[in-house]
Amino acid sequence: METILEINQLHKKYGSLTAVDHISFKIKKGHVYGILGPNGSGKSTTLGMVLNVVNPTSGDYRWFEGSTSNHDALKRIGAIIERPNFYPSMSAIQNLELVCKIKNIAPYKIEEKLALVDLLSRKHSAFKTYSLGMKQRLAIASALLNDPEILILDEPTNGLDPQGIRQIRDIIQKIAANGTTILLASHLLDEVEKVCTDVVVLRLGKMLYSGPVNEMNRNHGSIVIDAVDREALHHFLKTKAYAGSITVHDDGLEVTLYEDVDLTQINKEAFENGIILSKLFHKKQSLEDQFIELTNQN
Amino acid sequence: MKRLLDIEFHKFRYSKSSKTLTIIYLAIVVLLMLSGMIRIKLNGFNGSFSDLGIFNFPLIWHVSTYFTSFLKIFIAIVIVSLTANEYSNRTLKQNLIDGLSKKELILSKFYLALTLAVLTTLIVFLASLILGLIYSDFNEASIIFSQMGYLGAFFLAHLVFFCFCLFAGILVKRSAFALGFVAVWWIFEAVLNLIARGVDQLYETHIYDWLLHILPLNAMSNLIKEPVTKIDLISSTIKQIDIQGMDFTYDMEWIDILSVSIWSALFIYWSYALLKRRDL
Repeated sequence: METILEINQLHKKYGSLTAVDHISFKIKKGHVYGILGPNGSGKSTTLGMVLNVVNPTSGDYRWFEGSTSNHDALKRIGAIIERPNFYPSMSAIQNLELVCKIKNIAPYKIEEKLALVDLLSRKHSAFKTYSLGMKQRLAIASALLNDPEILILDEPTNGLDPQGIRQIRDIIQKIAANGTTILLASHLLDEVEKVCTDVVVLRLGKMLYSGPVNEMNRNHGSIVIDAVDREALHHFLKTKAYAGSITVHDDGLEVTLYEDVDLTQINKEAFENGIILSKLFHKKQSLEDQFIELTNQN
Repeated sequence: MKRLLDIEFHKFRYSKSSKTLTIIYLAIVVLLMLSGMIRIKLNGFNGSFSDLGIFNFPLIWHVSTYFTSFLKIFIAIVIVSLTANEYSNRTLKQNLIDGLSKKELILSKFYLALTLAVLTTLIVFLASLILGLIYSDFNEASIIFSQMGYLGAFFLAHLVFFCFCLFAGILVKRSAFALGFVAVWWIFEAVLNLIARGVDQLYETHIYDWLLHILPLNAMSNLIKEPVTKIDLISSTIKQIDIQGMDFTYDMEWIDILSVSIWSALFIYWSYALLKRRDL
């Protein structure tokens, strides 16, 4: 599979502060990547470095397997960093025309992309008259002008109202569905969980994890189980090797798992021990739980 | 180069301040032209600027380039604000992310400065040519197109000043402060000149003569020397009074041409070096 971006031991220090600490990972074509991390964990600095606006202290990165120079590679990607940056007195059309000139592409896709982000009706208004949501959508339209091979989004829903967040998320899902590779930096985990296939987790500039979303934690989730005779069920579960801690909730017992389990097997064994189950299902750990666990561990 | 100029003029065209200031610049040039036609009637004195012979070829090249030089501050404001606003609007960062290299970015700004210097020179050339053709006493082509070196000097003076403003915009990042920086630098050179003169008088050194060529704004204004004493009326008056120790040179000096060329190159190189080193 084609590698779009390869980051190798990238390191950035601001004075005595280490913002990014020897990070390495690869972005493969066709995946949707999330970069997770609390505020100040080095997400934006990492993106800034691969986008040629922050100078790395050491380490390197290669776009498209090193086939083009860095600034030519940037013409093939689309990126939005933090807040939308445009010329305030130019209209949407004029701003996008300028981007086309910089990226060296014909301007015929401007209308199409403005339609995608629902800004056609305001295309002649000056950028400074736009609301934050509209500005962010214009930024997405701008990033899509060249039909990029990879779309990089840094906190695209920051500061937006619920409708705005929904609109942006819908647009991202639409783009992801087209097979565009996406790199999404965010601290909004449900946002990442909904669209990403792979994640990179950062904390204090260090990389904690890089890989598929569902392999992020080596634990196996938990089961929720209930029976009329809870006492007996509790005793039964304690003897099992797969059962970790058992928490009693109103609606049943939650058992964290040490290994993968077969739910039918559990049901069968319980019945053989004279316990009739009234509830049994597997609960996947949410990304948020995994994330908190991972960032607390280290 | 065409692409970079295209990008830069796109920014120039849609910026309100640049439009306004360019119009002001053109308006003042036209007004200055018209001032030649005004006849002043005062206490029986009846005359106009044209009677002074300042519109005669080739003197007009010297007079017009000297008296329109101060107008470059308007264009300079445009350059400073276009450059510094790239920082405050963070469009500089976006330009780089969109795939412009840092070198291309500085080059595109330099091309704009170069083009504006050429255009202002062209405007002053055309305006002077028209004025001269109307009022000049001599109309032979050989006289009209003599002493055109002043236009070259005018161009170089503008170029170095625009490059200086470009550098100030990159260095200071805020247009108001960048303009302040230019003003402070101008005062700094003036103070340095004063000190040098004092030292020269005390110790009979020639520091001032050197500063006049070495400092960028000094060399810039030294390129075109004052033409007032060249005007018939005034020069004959001076001759009559016969003041001792008053001899005037009007020629451009090669050392100034060299100096402003080097300064222009340095300002562009420093802008690039600054941008390259900075994290945005």
